[in-house]
Amino acid sequence: MDERAAGPESPLGAPGDGSADGVRGASVEASVESVFREERGRLLASLARRFGDLDLAEEVASEAIEAALVHWPVDGVPDRPGAWLLTTARRRAVDRLRRDRTYAARLAVLQVEADRADPAPPADVGDDLPDERLRLFFTCAHPALPAEDRGALTLRCLAGLTTPEVARAYLVPTATMAQRIVRAKKKIREARIPFRVPGADELPERLPGVLQVIYSIFTEGYAASSGSRLQRLDLAEEAIRLARILRRLLPAERELAGLLALMLLIHARRAARTDADGGIVLLDDQDRGRWDRAMIEEGRELVVAALTGGAPGRYGVQAAIAALHDEAADVATTDWPQVVALYDVLLALTPSPIVALNRAAAVAMRDGPAAGLALLDELADEPRLRGHHPFATARADLLGRLGRRAEAAAAYREALDLVGTEPERALLRGRLRAMEAAGAPEVPGAFGVPGADPTDDA
Amino acid sequence: MKYMLLIHSGAVDADGGAAECTVEDWMAYDKEVKDAGIFVSGESLADLVTATTVRVDPTGDRTVTDGPFAETREVLGGFYVIDVPDLDVALDWAARCPGARGSGAIVVRPIADFAG
Repeated sequence: MDERAAGPESPLGAPGDGSADGVRGASVEASVESVFREERGRLLASLARRFGDLDLAEEVASEAIEAALVHWPVDGVPDRPGAWLLTTARRRAVDRLRRDRTYAARLAVLQVEADRADPAPPADVGDDLPDERLRLFFTCAHPALPAEDRGALTLRCLAGLTTPEVARAYLVPTATMAQRIVRAKKKIREARIPFRVPGADELPERLPGVLQVIYSIFTEGYAASSGSRLQRLDLAEEAIRLARILRRLLPAERELAGLLALMLLIHARRAARTDADGGIVLLDDQDRGRWDRAMIEEGRELVVAALTGGAPGRYGVQAAIAALHDEAADVATTDWPQVVALYDVLLALTPSPIVALNRAAAVAMRDGPAAGLALLDELADEPRLRGHHPFATARADLLGRLGRRAEAAAAYREALDLVGTEPERALLRGRLRAMEAAGAPEVPGAFGVPGADPTDDA
Repeated sequence: MKYMLLIHSGAVDADGGAAECTVEDWMAYDKEVKDAGIFVSGESLADLVTATTVRVDPTGDRTVTDGPFAETREVLGGFYVIDVPDLDVALDWAARCPGARGSGAIVVRPIADFAG
């Protein structure tokens, strides 16, 4: 497994971070890039902004980092490493443009037009490098790019992952991922998706797209939709890291605080979420002593920031729900009335059958399984819940709790036909066996449904 | 950078115009585009029943057929070519176009640049 997965947050991508990556035949560039993960993102953003071309920016950023690895051990680390890297990369870019005049002419035109569109380019490098990464976040999450490529591009450009790393994270062959990234960059270049931060008037429309990209990276890593590994912790950690970077750039955005809180409050349970054999352990049965208290505390503080000073947003409310679970000593003492009340707020913000399903599960905990089942039956005709295994599982659990074993078993079989990951399948098979066995012990409560976790509200 | 805004109308009324917007809407938009200094070219296409399709096979024989008729839901009703700094600006102009409303849609396509 990835060393990064187990390691603590390292905001500066400490050297050695990627050394245990174990990519067979990893190129020198790959290991160099992983050493400079965050620096690479900053560098790339500055260069992309300056030259208006992501490919050129990537090439010279890599070259500058390689040069640093040659020079720094001999000459010592410069006083301002970031400025050194940027100056070196810029020289390389200028050299390259001198050699290729046609390319240079095209980029020059691009740049004049970009400056026309954006009349206040940042001052030249002083003591502090201007942080241009916010632009790159918006470019990578641009709605004109295919939704499935936005996360990959964000990981590549801002989290500093190599293409093979991104490919492994999404469980696709490297060649496939390389092709997708090339295609996305080609669209940025040729359709001229700008490197710019949306104006204050556009921000409410564009920021949710960036948050969605980060959250989708998190959920992709957390509740893998297929494959045998239930948690791909590396991606969840990357998403948290990206949210931390973004929060430093946009400290006043409450929904961003909410998103970071939500991810921390869910991720705090990671150690308890799987058993020694890699099997799934649901919220009901988790050893809460293994939850990460420091992470929960950080998340709770962020929830307060997210829900103070204005109308609540969806991430803030979901984080508040996650916080209620994290604060409770066990399922029985969880503040279910408050959980249901928060789901009411969430449902008003984002009317979706998935949220309604989670609300029904919470109602079942507050008012009993019959009340929850009645709500689920109202949702049975929702097209989005047809083929949605958490719905079938939630029904099965409530039917089981009501003693309607034959119906429960049928619902578990239905859920089994729909579930993708092996640990979830194993869990459902166990429940199904319990239902089929006469006099078997009762199955856990409705909140033992994988889909009842707020993570599943996509 | 030049972009073509392809105006696809959805529901078409009896006169062949898009159902959701008025002639005044179009005139106002056209004036805006021209006043902004971004207009390169633009035309509104005549009714689809006037369309004729030509194909030439490998032997050089020409086939001319009436149509196509609107079997697809969306019909290309016209276009603008505008010159703006980047895609975001082009998307803003597309969003303002009356043809983007209701069942209509604007497809924004960069014009290929072979000079570079």
